[in-house]
Amino acid sequence: MAKKPIKSASQRANVKKTLSVAVDPQVGFVRTEPAPLLPPPPSEGGFTGWLYKNIFASMSDFGSFGGATKSIFMGFVTLILSYFLVTQTLALLDFAIFSAVWSDPKGLEREACWTVEQGGALPAGWHAACWPFIQAKAKFIFYGAYPSDELWRVNLAYLVGSVMLAWVMIERLPYRKIVGALLLTAYPVFATVLLTGGAFGISTSTIGVYTILSLALITMGRLGKAGYVSGALGDLASVAGVCGWVVILFAAVLAVFSVDFSLEAIDTRDWGGLLITLVVAITGIVASLPLGILLALGRRSDMPVARFLSTVFIEFWRGVPLITVLFMASVMLPLFMPEGVNFDMLLRALIGVTLFSAAYMAEVVRGGLQAIDKGQYEGADAVGLSYWQSMRLIILPQALTHVIPGIVNTFIGLFKDTALVSIVGIFDLLGAAQSTLADAAWSTPVQGLTGYLVVAVIFFIFCFGMSRYSMFMERKLSRSRNR
Amino acid sequence: MRLEKLINDTKFRGLFFQVLLGLSLVLAGHWLFSNTIDNLTNQGKTLGFDFLSRTSGFQIIPTLGTWVLDYEVGRSTYLDVYFIGIINTAIVAFLGILAATVIGFVVGIMRLSENLILRTFATIYIEVVRNVPLLLQLFFWYFAVLRLLPGKREKIELFGGMAGLNITGLYLPAPVVGQYFYITIMAVLLAILLGFYLKKYASIRQADTGQILPVFWMVLGILIVVPSIAFYLTGSPLDWSFPEFKDTGPKLRRGYQDGFGMAVVPEMLAVLFALALYTAAFIAEIVRAGILAVNRGQTEAAFALGIRPNITLRLVIIPQAMRVIIPPLTSQYLNLTKNSSLAVAIAYPELVSVFAGTALNQVGKEIEMIFMMMMVYLTFSLLTAAFMNWFNSRVKLVER
Amino acid sequence: MAQPQHSPAPAVDQNTVVSMRNVNKWFGQFHVLRDINLTVAKGERIVVCGPSGSGKSTLIRCLNRLEKHQDGDISVHGIELNNDVKNIDEIRREVGMVFQHFNLFPHLSILENCMLAPIWVRKTPRAEAEEIAMHFLTRVKIPEQARKYPGQLSGGQQQRVAIARALCMQPQLMLFDEPTSALDPEMIKEVLDTMVELADDGMTMICVTHEMGFARKVANRVIFMDEGQIVEQNEPEAFFNNPQSDRTKLFLSQILGH
Repeated sequence: MAKKPIKSASQRANVKKTLSVAVDPQVGFVRTEPAPLLPPPPSEGGFTGWLYKNIFASMSDFGSFGGATKSIFMGFVTLILSYFLVTQTLALLDFAIFSAVWSDPKGLEREACWTVEQGGALPAGWHAACWPFIQAKAKFIFYGAYPSDELWRVNLAYLVGSVMLAWVMIERLPYRKIVGALLLTAYPVFATVLLTGGAFGISTSTIGVYTILSLALITMGRLGKAGYVSGALGDLASVAGVCGWVVILFAAVLAVFSVDFSLEAIDTRDWGGLLITLVVAITGIVASLPLGILLALGRRSDMPVARFLSTVFIEFWRGVPLITVLFMASVMLPLFMPEGVNFDMLLRALIGVTLFSAAYMAEVVRGGLQAIDKGQYEGADAVGLSYWQSMRLIILPQALTHVIPGIVNTFIGLFKDTALVSIVGIFDLLGAAQSTLADAAWSTPVQGLTGYLVVAVIFFIFCFGMSRYSMFMERKLSRSRNR
Repeated sequence: MRLEKLINDTKFRGLFFQVLLGLSLVLAGHWLFSNTIDNLTNQGKTLGFDFLSRTSGFQIIPTLGTWVLDYEVGRSTYLDVYFIGIINTAIVAFLGILAATVIGFVVGIMRLSENLILRTFATIYIEVVRNVPLLLQLFFWYFAVLRLLPGKREKIELFGGMAGLNITGLYLPAPVVGQYFYITIMAVLLAILLGFYLKKYASIRQADTGQILPVFWMVLGILIVVPSIAFYLTGSPLDWSFPEFKDTGPKLRRGYQDGFGMAVVPEMLAVLFALALYTAAFIAEIVRAGILAVNRGQTEAAFALGIRPNITLRLVIIPQAMRVIIPPLTSQYLNLTKNSSLAVAIAYPELVSVFAGTALNQVGKEIEMIFMMMMVYLTFSLLTAAFMNWFNSRVKLVER
Repeated sequence: MAQPQHSPAPAVDQNTVVSMRNVNKWFGQFHVLRDINLTVAKGERIVVCGPSGSGKSTLIRCLNRLEKHQDGDISVHGIELNNDVKNIDEIRREVGMVFQHFNLFPHLSILENCMLAPIWVRKTPRAEAEEIAMHFLTRVKIPEQARKYPGQLSGGQQQRVAIARALCMQPQLMLFDEPTSALDPEMIKEVLDTMVELADDGMTMICVTHEMGFARKVANRVIFMDEGQIVEQNEPEAFFNNPQSDRTKLFLSQILGH
């Protein structure tokens, strides 16, 4: 409430002067003193306000019968859920931390986690996590049966990959695009050689043939561009040129694969645990990205053949469950290959996962292409860029930033789906955890729960982290778009 | 002249590229095909679907499929096995979709509540369930939760003894229909018809006089009363076969007895729980996004006109939210159907488990069997896609 | 205590459409409406102006309970505005509102937009509701668009439909919340002309707007708000030609400068 204004004589004189100019004292009004700034009532401000808004507001509508029933119901539900949340959180903490066994100093193995009824030292009715079990199995869960003295190779691959990834993700660092390109091309080769040992025994003559072939194709492309060949043959020449570059890259990769770095060869059957999960998921995403982009372009293309083929491919792989794809890959792939070509189990799964993921990736990229304003396509055409040039320089860079959240979400889905490879006999994180349960030396009633809890937490950390990153990217991109 | 040449050039180029594409695909296809034929001949196998009339050689746990097709080892054929797989997939997909939709909508609305406890509970549920693989959750329900149930010779009673639960399954009363039950069914159909007519009558009446009838309660009343009358008048032709539990006598024969009541095997329970709760988390996010997509101004405009909240919800908010919700919702339904294939990990006899798993091991005809299996899933997918296209074209907002 | 600091107003009688006494509102800790006193008589046209964030939209939104006030009394057409749902419903029936972003229902046709409230609130039979709707659509001069959908109309047409939709409830008071701020310049005139016609027909209206030409033409009173309080109010001629407060002068120089 405003107080009676205390005015000096001159102030009073001024007011009088201005008021006398006003037409109608009833209508005209001028505020000479600000209305007081008051603190809000308890229902609005501060902690009580927060409490009211977040808890009691939904329970306080007693103005009508409907409102009253709703309020009582809400109050009830709130109580029950609070009780549930509190007790379950405490129970989980108790299981995982407070009552858990943390160490096994006497090397008792499973007896360290046995109650007195079973012959151990823990009180009857004890039921909590047995961490020494995880400690003993940790290497298996993370690396599988990979030889212990060669673990440095896996760790090196992880380290290099993480550093490059972080480099690409942090805004302020320079050369992010180059590092990103290397991450998608050179790093997989590097990691493959490091993890498998390389030295695949590809003959120099094979590499030589591919190199010569690629050089020939590139020369054809150059001739076509320089104008020595015209018309339809000129187009053929430029296609040949592009193929040439692809082949030479392929030859380079083969060359790297054939060099003997004197690393011990490690069969992929010995890989397991988190290593397999990461290999399958990352390979799936990286390999499916180029294929997905091609499919998306094909689906949007004006050429009916390309559009038809792309659509059929995409809808086929999206319409079947991943488990059937894995079955198909593990059972049917050997049938499709000429005799004698033996496919490593992991490679079969990787091929299946890549094809499957490419279909989803294609839809994500297609969404990104659709989101680009038509004016961009028209602008590129008007400047005179060819289809591939406009795609490469203008459309795809914009589309890809639009779809990064979509790609991350697909990756999260793929990461979870890699658990399915355990059904076709490849030891991923889940499979490794399951096989540790068969170890009789650690057989306790809580063995299963502890193991699965650890696996669940690892998956959760990865997936939740990635989804937060995806949301962060989405927000950033929409902010920059809305400018 | 130059213009013609330019057009011809681009057309030619497109055509040329397509021919190239087609040719390379044909070549690749031929290479794969000839490899396959070679490999098959070397292994002494042939292509053909006559294995379907061979009798199967393995037992399948009792499920809806085995009950419908009256499965018996040595008498039923592999074709029967195929259909059993399809039926079991369909039933778990149907029930899973129902449960997931209900739970998903409830949790999605909870997530939007002003009440912090409800919001937190919904958020925790959604984030935990979405970030852990479905397979792991399936194992959790099957190995962790269901194993905690009492053993074969004990039970947890539900509904005062009419149903029971133990490690061998959930036992429910089985309906035994009498001779005249079909009359009650017809009465239900009649009640539905009456309900439609009532709704139509009510809207005509509202158009004419402005009066609003409580249609919802009236239709509910009809749906309950009319079949009940028919049921009573035909002598209550519905009996129930209650599960029988024996806890005396020879130890091996104790527990729930065969032939009484309806048994739901724990494998199916685990698959249902896992699928429903997993998909519900995604549906909850879809519902939340759909409701948030409706501009707050719509609610304000409706309130400013004096329209009450429940009518606003029905006529303004929900129609707009549904347009945004239904396409991704049908995607999730499809995902649930495809995810049912994970049941192979716990040996619930759905299509993948029983046909591409056990049957394939016995028969060995990989190409034919995997092809048959894929056809089922592709049919589901195409039907869903067709429905979505139809729905989208029907509810598209009319714009310039 | 009635002090010169509260805007002086005639006593409340049957002719009063809006009465706000010592109204305060907070958004959390922020005191958004400070000590508002306002009385609006039947047939009066009020224009509320002020810098953004001054609380002018909040003020009129409190009148139909789109915002809740925490202190003070508000009554509309003699009905007290409190937590009683019946009162709120009654008030909302008598008060029409036009929004800055139109808020037409996109999934209903223009005609259905206008018929929705009469059918479901006043329980009007459909034929009569359609008549009323066509009457008001004709009044805002777009009867030929009745079967179209909001997405097919221009901004100016949509806003005129929004006005017609509010009028179909035959309210005693019309509130306008920056009705032309979201329109392209060439469409502002058609909406303002509609509002002028409405005023000429005797509708009581409170209008939050920056369109000072409209204020000069139509308003009985112009109210200037700043930082949640009514700083100055006067008849348009006096207000524009002889602003008293420094803040009013500053604001007018910014608004009328271009």
